[in-house]
Amino acid sequence: MTAIDRTTGAPQPIGYSRSTLGRVALVLRWIALFIAVILFLLPFYLVLRNALSTESDITSPSWTLFPKHLQWGNIKELFNDTQVPMARALYNSAVVGVLGTAGQLLLASMAGYGLARIPYRHADKVFYAIVATLMIPGAVTFIPSFIVVSSLGWVSTLRGLIIPTLFSGFAAFLFRQYFLNFPRELEEAARVDGAGHFGTFWRIVVPNSLPFFAALAAITFIGNWNSFLWPLVIGQDSSSWTIQVAMSTFVTAQTINIHELFMAVAVSILPLVLIFAFLQRYLIQGVTQSGIKD
Amino acid sequence: MSTRTAPAPVPRESARRGARRTKGIAGNTLWFWLFVGPFVVGLLIFSYLPIIWSLILSFFEAYNTVTPSKFVGFGNYVDMLTDHNFLSSLGTFTLFAIFIVPLTFVLSLALALLVNQVKIARAFFRSVFFLPTACSYVVASLIWRLSIFNGVRFGLMNTILGWFGIDGIAWLSTVDPPWYWIPIVTVRLWLQLGFYMILFIAGLQRISPSLYEAAYVDGAKPGWQTFRYITLPQLRATSVAVLILNLIAAYQAFDEFYNLIGNVNFARPPLVYLYGISLGSIQDLGHGSAGALILAVIIMLVTLLQNKIFGFGKAGD
Repeated sequence: MTAIDRTTGAPQPIGYSRSTLGRVALVLRWIALFIAVILFLLPFYLVLRNALSTESDITSPSWTLFPKHLQWGNIKELFNDTQVPMARALYNSAVVGVLGTAGQLLLASMAGYGLARIPYRHADKVFYAIVATLMIPGAVTFIPSFIVVSSLGWVSTLRGLIIPTLFSGFAAFLFRQYFLNFPRELEEAARVDGAGHFGTFWRIVVPNSLPFFAALAAITFIGNWNSFLWPLVIGQDSSSWTIQVAMSTFVTAQTINIHELFMAVAVSILPLVLIFAFLQRYLIQGVTQSGIKD
Repeated sequence: MSTRTAPAPVPRESARRGARRTKGIAGNTLWFWLFVGPFVVGLLIFSYLPIIWSLILSFFEAYNTVTPSKFVGFGNYVDMLTDHNFLSSLGTFTLFAIFIVPLTFVLSLALALLVNQVKIARAFFRSVFFLPTACSYVVASLIWRLSIFNGVRFGLMNTILGWFGIDGIAWLSTVDPPWYWIPIVTVRLWLQLGFYMILFIAGLQRISPSLYEAAYVDGAKPGWQTFRYITLPQLRATSVAVLILNLIAAYQAFDEFYNLIGNVNFARPPLVYLYGISLGSIQDLGHGSAGALILAVIIMLVTLLQNKIFGFGKAGD
């Protein structure tokens, strides 16, 4: 915290004096802050407004701040639209989000623990082989990965959407760093009680690391839910579209009414807003710990 | 610990029965691989294998197939490096980076400073600016394309222009002047500023207050002087991280270009072009692989170069 001890008379980090000039600057800063808040919230408001409007109200040239006729029926209309596999897309996204996140954390945490705690002669070589993959920019690998997944016959399947994304070198790296700093005393105690590596990990280490797991889980889930390029590459058939691919396809194919599309956007944002409401502390921790959104 | 040399891996069944009793180096080796093995196997199949396969394919002609047919040596690489479309996609990226990197840096630092100095409702402001990072590029692109920058009269920007008696603009398809950059750059700013702001706030909070006190004693004026001589140098490590992460992310721009303007030749970043040639109507995986590897090498070189220039970790973290 940059709170300055007032008794020392030291200035604020961004100092502001008691002069008129200082006061003007302070007012200007608050104005800037409020303009920024409005600009940042406006897109969310537009989604809500359009999702609850009629099509003709959205496309009417006389722009209004509030919907002229509140249309709660849009949500029913969206899920009843036979041209739009909305329920299926949501299901796919949920499966990818939950299984993808759980699988990635399970694999990476075990790998990280093994690297950090189980003595093995070649552990450092294994670690370098994992870190080397961090040098490869993620998105560039979509063509190579597509080649492997299509040879496995996994195009347009949930397997193809999930399994290739489970092995995050970055997550394994973070877990290793974390477990290296994990207090050894707890593990020693478990050892004395006769627990093996497995028991120690599951019964002592994981339960005592839940905040760290939560931070990575929140980031990973959001990343999976919002991922677009890989699902687009794999989802060659509409039965395997995720919600992101579905929305993107509707807008380019013009097969959906604009109010339905905005309702779809609202529905797709909802789970993330909930995660934000409950896990924001962990999210911010995760961002500052990892400094990367992957 | 016993000092026997490790025997061959124990078969699974006996391992399970003797789990508690396996001790020493051999036991540790087995346990290491039980923990790390599944991850490493997956990494080999889904990270190493694709790269190697891609490298092989890039020396072959491969249309609509993942098994190489005709060896062409460096032909694909020469084709890509002389392909006017591929080069112009690198040009598009360069322009994009020139816009997005400095803007993101300055604005996210400004937001961090603003949020860091408020005493009331600091968490609220931080949340507001961080909230868009939860949105997907697809969602943001749809809002930008259909609501804010819609080229017709009901688009928000054109409505605002209309209040001032200015004719509406087709934001996403006007090439001269290139208005499409405004939606493309602002959509990414909205999505990522909060993320980099969080990094800067963390950096600001690591600066020791005693530095500011010392500066005050030395007669430095609060405000610009302390910012210039204390805050900025102290944020060096964070700044380097922000610049590098931002540039790598910009190289891989795909979602907003694809969803805002599609695969058009006037503004097509490298990934959109590579997607088009390798997974479009003709699956030209030979050229696609060559292009992807060229791009990967460029990104790695730029990252290494930046590390050299700024010296990662030299600054106090």
